Amino acid sequence: MALSNVWIVIEPSSGSFTTTSLELLTQARTFGAALSAITWGGDASLATIAGEYGATTLYDVGDLVGALPGAPVASAIQALIGSVGAPDAILVPTSYDGRDIAGRLSARLDRPVLTNVTGLTDDGGLVTEHPIFGGSQTVKARFTGEGPGIFVIRAKSFVAEASGGPAATVVAAPAGDVGATGTSTITATHVEERVGPKLEEAAVVVSGGRGLGEAEKYALIEEIAKLLNGAAGASRAIVDAGWVPYSHQVGQTGKTVKPTVYIACGISGATQHMVGMKGSKNIVAINKDPDAPIFQIADFGVVGDVNKVLPALIAALKARA
Amino acid sequence: MNIVVCVKQIPDPAAPQSLDPSHNLNRSGKLILDEADTYGVEMALQLVDKAGSGEVTVVSMGSAADVAGLRNALAMGAAKAVIVSDDALRGTDALGTAKVLAAVIKRESPDLVLCATESSDGYTGTTPVQVAELLGLPSITFAKSVAIDGTTVKVERQTESGYDEVTAPLPALVTVTAGVVEPRYASFKGIMAAKSKPLEVLSVADLSLGDQTGPAGARQVITDVVIAESRAAGEKYVDEGDGADRIVTFLESIKVL
Repeated sequence: MALSNVWIVIEPSSGSFTTTSLELLTQARTFGAALSAITWGGDASLATIAGEYGATTLYDVGDLVGALPGAPVASAIQALIGSVGAPDAILVPTSYDGRDIAGRLSARLDRPVLTNVTGLTDDGGLVTEHPIFGGSQTVKARFTGEGPGIFVIRAKSFVAEASGGPAATVVAAPAGDVGATGTSTITATHVEERVGPKLEEAAVVVSGGRGLGEAEKYALIEEIAKLLNGAAGASRAIVDAGWVPYSHQVGQTGKTVKPTVYIACGISGATQHMVGMKGSKNIVAINKDPDAPIFQIADFGVVGDVNKVLPALIAALKARA
Repeated sequence: MNIVVCVKQIPDPAAPQSLDPSHNLNRSGKLILDEADTYGVEMALQLVDKAGSGEVTVVSMGSAADVAGLRNALAMGAAKAVIVSDDALRGTDALGTAKVLAAVIKRESPDLVLCATESSDGYTGTTPVQVAELLGLPSITFAKSVAIDGTTVKVERQTESGYDEVTAPLPALVTVTAGVVEPRYASFKGIMAAKSKPLEVLSVADLSLGDQTGPAGARQVITDVVIAESRAAGEKYVDEGDGADRIVTFLESIKVL
């Protein structure tokens, strides 16, 4: 059965939508189905962007007044299904709030949620791809139950591209019944300042791991990133250890990056990390363990001590400047 | 302060992993407590300690053929463990798992439920929130710190650009990251004490969930498992003082420099 009606949850982000949201809209255009988007925040000017990427209707859940989006957005989608009928599929970006929305919606609708989707095609019904074991194998699955299936899709699975469509028609989504589930409230927001290009968008990403030895040595990573006009990333191990803020984390639970070159310094290459960076065009690895898994995917590997190689690299790059 | 921590026993991630013929993760080998769950157990123990009363219960679903992982949580200091183990649960998806866990948690009626953000083997990352929804609880995911203030839980929640301070009234469910606390190692005394702590094994019938679990409840079929396009390993040099120069040459060859 071909898809006729697909909804896409798109997350507002400083005057637009998150890139992953726009990637989902772009891919959904290949289905030949009517596309409606669901967002929140009450910014009617966003209808232009939603339309440019292919949505004909933009359902707005409105101002969440500080509530975490999970419960209010999931309940609004359920209420919307009650008033306009269910779509064939609901696509949600993999993000903190996206996973909250998908999980709550799944339990509310009693429908399964398919997560970590990196491929999504319409082949007489949606066929999904999910990487497993650090991306070394791909599971292909077909949703067989009564719709709507809920699909949570990883960042950078598709390339966002505007189609130049007219602005979407904004419709206020009906308020759902949240009860106690909607009582998680944001009381303060802290933004960690970053300089240089964003991690997800940088052409060069230089990442550090446990092999650096101590938190202070992360300064070497930041300096090389700066010299290459790139962004500094990190493995989960050093984020969990508190050396660098979480916003630097590359991997399964962090950011997915696909730069021109990824330079992994003192990172062994846990599957957790590899999932987030193995799509990079080129990979350079520096690690003192010649058997580190990172070397299996590195285009160029140096077996050596990062605390010797990195200062030498800084000197060499400065000499060129 | 009574706290339930959802935990999972998983195949050792350091060992090679494979799928069985029915496309389920091969779990026939030794099972260990998912390291991601040790942070929730530790956080719970500290919160109960601070409250001055109450206890920590660990709740799990999966094979009870090997319960070393649950004993590990008990050795850390949890008071009791409950595991739902049933052949009928093989192939259960995230929502089915959430239904099982929610049914057990309901019996315990805790003040707080703690979970990892995701398991290290299946990593769907939706089960905790599904549990919260099924129980009608507020949830706060991705906590990097958790504190209790009277009847309110206060959390620092990771965001894409930093963190938010988020509060919810108890009872609530919180998922914790690995950065939230440093898990303790079980002491010898703890390991000995764990041997006599209650460990209850339940079946699906004990929870009256019918056909909502197992492959029938999962409603998706795996059509194929293929080897992903792999990256070939490239050149590898042992650094003899010229490693940095060779990297520069490589960066020039790909026109980054």
